[in-house]
Amino acid sequence: MSNSLSKGRPAALFARRATLSGYSWSGLVYIIPALAFFVVFVIYPIIVSVQTSFYDYDGLTLATPVGFANYVNVFADDDLRTALAHSLVLLVFYAALPVCIGLALAGAMSRIRIYGLTVFRALLFLPQILSSVVVAVAWRGLLASDGPVNSALEAVGLGALATTWLGNFDTALPSIGVIGTWVEYGLCMVLFLAGIVTIDRSLYEAARLDGAGPIREFFSITLPALRPQISIALILTITFALRNFDLIWNTTRGGPGTSTTVPSLFVYQDAFQNRQLGQASALAVVLTAVILIVVVIVQVLLRERGDKKTRTPRKERTR
Amino acid sequence: MKVSARESVVTHALLLIAAIFAVYPLISIIVSSLGGADGAPNFANFQVAWTRGSFASALIASAVVAATVVIVTAVLASLAGFALATMRIPGSKLIMGLLLVGLVLPYEVTVLPLYQLLSGWGLIDTYWALILPQIGLSVPLGVFWMRTFFASVPIELLEAARLDGASRFQTLRLVLMPIAGPAIATLCTILFLFTWNEFLLALILVPENQAVQTAPLALSFFSGTARAADPNVTAAAAVLVALPIVLAYVVLQRRLISGLTDGAVK
Repeated sequence: MSNSLSKGRPAALFARRATLSGYSWSGLVYIIPALAFFVVFVIYPIIVSVQTSFYDYDGLTLATPVGFANYVNVFADDDLRTALAHSLVLLVFYAALPVCIGLALAGAMSRIRIYGLTVFRALLFLPQILSSVVVAVAWRGLLASDGPVNSALEAVGLGALATTWLGNFDTALPSIGVIGTWVEYGLCMVLFLAGIVTIDRSLYEAARLDGAGPIREFFSITLPALRPQISIALILTITFALRNFDLIWNTTRGGPGTSTTVPSLFVYQDAFQNRQLGQASALAVVLTAVILIVVVIVQVLLRERGDKKTRTPRKERTR
Repeated sequence: MKVSARESVVTHALLLIAAIFAVYPLISIIVSSLGGADGAPNFANFQVAWTRGSFASALIASAVVAATVVIVTAVLASLAGFALATMRIPGSKLIMGLLLVGLVLPYEVTVLPLYQLLSGWGLIDTYWALILPQIGLSVPLGVFWMRTFFASVPIELLEAARLDGASRFQTLRLVLMPIAGPAIATLCTILFLFTWNEFLLALILVPENQAVQTAPLALSFFSGTARAADPNVTAAAAVLVALPIVLAYVVLQRRLISGLTDGAVK
């Protein structure tokens, strides 16, 4: 927009004034301070991590190059493979469940006029603003052996199911999963609600005139229209699921035994407790690569196909 | 369009259940923090947590770190966003590409080299160890945010400023910054939230010096050592850490939610 407008009047804008003589080198002065922080504290560390991942290094003695051994280990080591498997389980709880819950409720909400939307939105979004340490403390209390969850089970006659949820080998991982679902489902709902507001109401009316039921309505109107929001929700929740250090560290630290270990836990432990810096770096690089790949896949799957049809009208509506 | 009243009631009921479930854990620690052995609600647990967990210094440390990171990032991002939106910068495609990667990057991959870098500079266990990296990590979001805003400003405004003889910097300072208030406020709110809640960096970069440990880290240590002790005191400590954020949220929730959801979709 700004480009096409200014083309006719080259001298009007800094950008165009500069175009006549090429690039605006002096404009770099504005960018260098921000870029310097980014390069020194983000880009440079990534490069060092990649480099370290090819060495056997304990942080003190001389590092020995080991080629791809650390990477092979990421997929060969039993402990690390278990941790990767846990991540896959947690993906269901952290990403799939919240998105499905969010979609189901958003679908129901698209059919009616919602009263008190602002309040509901604020309450649903609350888990997102709390520090993960606070979340961990709260849920440790809820899931404790004498906590409200067990009391509720006893009250309805299911006292036999009561357990120390985070301390039991069988229940620890699903319990962490439920906490993740709790953190993320409100975010998904809020994202989808924001998308639903932009859907043209006449589409629903037309569908109903054609005799479409609620299910048909959801799959032919609501779901396709929410594609950008679903894409974002998946990226945010999957990233959260794959990183996931804070919650684990402050609830179970990977225990009991190895029942809740995740890759980011080993990144920390290998780097700062076991002094296996090369191994920690390789694992961190793999984790980063996986996350970047997943982000790209989600973007491609959910953007490409509907691009031509849905994108332009949506933009017009939001303006 | 007509949908039965019954469906409307059912949907609202579902929504209400979802909302209660979202709030319940926070309510539960508030209730627990006010409770005690003798029953009646009181603030004794807060007193114990406050003195034993040194949360006064933790809250101050969090405020110092978050305020510095937010202010510096906002200034740097405004400058860079302005240049990227209005000038033809050499290598701007590469710069934007790098920043885009920074936007989705899991920063776990940076923590070990960050530790080595900052320990080489002798900054581990100081405020700088928390402030400098978090400015770097906040820059991508900040620059994209401000660039989007400056690109949305009507071109006539910039033109008029130039015709009036304003230099580039004057245009930014006198014309654009006064109207950028809401955009910058939303950005600052989001950055403040992220910085305040940051845990892993604090765990790694200020492990020993209690005076600069932030509230989430102090809570983590406190609840770790107090695991066998009174859960009501731990709950009180958690409420102390959550309180500033929850209060700010009550005031700023509209801005924050729309900023995070719209910004994400963009």
